[in-house]
Amino acid sequence: MPSAHPMVPLPCSVRRIQRETHDTFSVELSPGHEFPFVAGQFNMLYWFGVGEVAISISGDPTKPGRLTHTIRSVGSVTQGLQKLKPGDVLGVRGPFGKGWPVETAAGGDLMFVAGGVGLAPLRPAIYYVLANRKRYGRVVLLYGARTPADILYKQELERWRARFDLQVHVTVDHGTGGWQGRVGVVTSLISKPDFDPGSTTVMICGPEVMMRFTEAELEKRELPPQNIYISVERNMKCALGLCGHCQFGPTFICKDGPVFPYESLRRFLAIREV
Amino acid sequence: MNGEPATTGRQFVIEREHFDQLFELLARKGYRVVGPRIRDGAIVYDQVNSAADLPAGWTEEQEGGKYRLKRREDEALFGYAVGPHSWKKFLHPPNVRLWQAMRKEGSLEVQEEKQEVPKTAFIGARSCELHAIAVQDRVFMNGPYLDTSYRLRRDSVFIVAVNCGCAGGTCFCVSMNTGPKATSGFDLVLTEALEEGRHYFVAESGTETGAAVLAELSQRPAEDREIRSAEEVVARTAGQMGRTMDVSDIKGLLYANYEHPRWDNVAARCLTCGNCTSVCPTCFCTTVEDVTDLSGQKAERWQKWDSCFTMDFSYIHGGSVRSTPKARYRQWMTHKLATWIDQFGTSGCVGCGRCITWCPVAIDITEEVRAIRESDFRRTKRDRHGDTGTDSG
Amino acid sequence: METLERIVAEHPFAKGLKDRDVKLMVGCASNVRFDAGETIFREGEEAKQFYLLRQGRVALEMFAAPRGPITIMTLEDGEVLGWSWLFPPYRWKFDARALELTRAIALDAECLRNKCEQDHDLGYELLKRFALMIEQRLQATRFQLLNVYA
Repeated sequence: MPSAHPMVPLPCSVRRIQRETHDTFSVELSPGHEFPFVAGQFNMLYWFGVGEVAISISGDPTKPGRLTHTIRSVGSVTQGLQKLKPGDVLGVRGPFGKGWPVETAAGGDLMFVAGGVGLAPLRPAIYYVLANRKRYGRVVLLYGARTPADILYKQELERWRARFDLQVHVTVDHGTGGWQGRVGVVTSLISKPDFDPGSTTVMICGPEVMMRFTEAELEKRELPPQNIYISVERNMKCALGLCGHCQFGPTFICKDGPVFPYESLRRFLAIREV
Repeated sequence: MNGEPATTGRQFVIEREHFDQLFELLARKGYRVVGPRIRDGAIVYDQVNSAADLPAGWTEEQEGGKYRLKRREDEALFGYAVGPHSWKKFLHPPNVRLWQAMRKEGSLEVQEEKQEVPKTAFIGARSCELHAIAVQDRVFMNGPYLDTSYRLRRDSVFIVAVNCGCAGGTCFCVSMNTGPKATSGFDLVLTEALEEGRHYFVAESGTETGAAVLAELSQRPAEDREIRSAEEVVARTAGQMGRTMDVSDIKGLLYANYEHPRWDNVAARCLTCGNCTSVCPTCFCTTVEDVTDLSGQKAERWQKWDSCFTMDFSYIHGGSVRSTPKARYRQWMTHKLATWIDQFGTSGCVGCGRCITWCPVAIDITEEVRAIRESDFRRTKRDRHGDTGTDSG
Repeated sequence: METLERIVAEHPFAKGLKDRDVKLMVGCASNVRFDAGETIFREGEEAKQFYLLRQGRVALEMFAAPRGPITIMTLEDGEVLGWSWLFPPYRWKFDARALELTRAIALDAECLRNKCEQDHDLGYELLKRFALMIEQRLQATRFQLLNVYA
């Protein structure tokens, strides 16, 4: 049950902290009751005396008793959150926003394209699809990270790679430390898998530049742009569409997104500093 | 004359000498009465106890970047246009505490703020301001989430509107179709008339509450002559607009001109001070500030007015999305006049002219629209291409 | 020859090529394999071939002391290794090393260059493909330069 008033945080204690990479960690919270959410939605996490930040839910939507967020420590609040330990209490507001179109994608092929920490907001959609695997055609995950050390969810990726019903391709921009895998940008993976362009839904999450390059590569493979969905990040304060911060052209990322059909944002993605 | 039924839609006359009754009556009904009064060389909105607090005999000169009080030749109470304040400061206050939190041995207790909202009467709201309130109503009360604190304030307000008796030098409500005559959104509306030594108000109620208040005042049904006089006052004002703005297809115009060179031109003048956003009666953006007390055990969250002209406004990891003044001015104006229409089904501009008057460098939104329209990219694109080869058609 | 022709024709590089052009290429082609860790070519050597990769993974590396070998990019089945054979002075700019067992079709550079000089239709088809490949690698390099995940 979300908090009674969407502006007021609901206290949730930290059950587990999982270090993912040198600068990224996952926090599993105990909301104390079921916390239903849709893959792609986000919460506002408040830590007493530190501040509040918008973080996508990165856990499994088919297991609503657990609430997981994957956080990269880059800002003042997220750096503060690095000090979290089990038993600490966070305030949670949410879940907010529109999620990935996992329902409308059923029946066709599905491609996830993730860049960097962008794998986190996509993971709930991957969980959902794997839990309902029969409803989808071919399912492909393309993932690009900066270096091998920046790859999220390494063990999980290995488990997924071992499945026969999920194609996983991982690449890094810079191959370091005896990396025997692929070196190259994530867009170079798009030529790899077989899919039926007309019936494939693509869900992309990563830096805006990466999403633009990915869309251009998909166009080369004749994938209709209306099949592409992206998740967009902007400054969030209220998460309710009332504070004005997250505007992107005519949209409010918090209530109209964060997941959007690519076509609906295309013209604004091409304009600087919108 | 007391007790005469004053029903919605009928017009009445209140003589100037009976006007004080309105303040006494509203106070008796438990309203905090706020209205125009002079402070620090400007007409602002604040508590008023009687008609004596109103700026009798004062008007103002307004131009781009300029505001000056000036004596009138008469003793009109509402003989000015609009000042730096709008009613937004009462309905959507600059600082609101949202909640308080206590930390106790690893636990967190959050207590929602119980908003104490006094019944408030606005005296002298102008048509453009009523439209601005209607715009903010859509922002705060029509989305998927309701701003409960705004709603509470909004529901506790009694509005006495005044039809404008003069236009300011930066007014353009006629262009925006938002005035100068108040047509809805009020409990009572007054037109102030001064003629041949007479000073009176033509009054009309817009709600049952307004009708009830009107019924308790000393009034009588207006004569045709007085109704005509009131209509002339508004018509005269409509003809005095200091500014105009062509709003035909303004959404299409601005959506097509994100890359117009005029944005560089205005950015070279804009100080990004955010004055325009503070004085604008529809600008609604807020931020939150979390404050902790010295013991570190108690925290509060405050909602505060924010401005899209600050760097922090669009800050995400790595920097501001709108790091240049050009991007920030473009965001403000394009939002106000274009994206607002897609978001809320209405323009965000009501033509009050405050952003022009209170801009320290006199940037004029009507002038910026004109400049973009004069060299609309959609029209001029073709002209920018040079000669073509014979084979390229 | 029959199988070699089919292998070349089925490689993504040859997609849309006329049979005639495939036959001309096959005249310069040979089957090759490299074991994991084996060097395919080294920086500075003469670029005598290019490769249509059929299986495996190849790293393009540059050795920069004291950091050691830096992988610029990797190539896999379906991709093409090498374009230095097209441009004088025909020398490799990087090292290429098989990361795992790699099978490929090697195309002899001099043989193919001569055919292209004599048969501009073939030359144009090949150049279009290499131009596209160079464009894609340039785009990828630019994208990589942006360091978008930092």
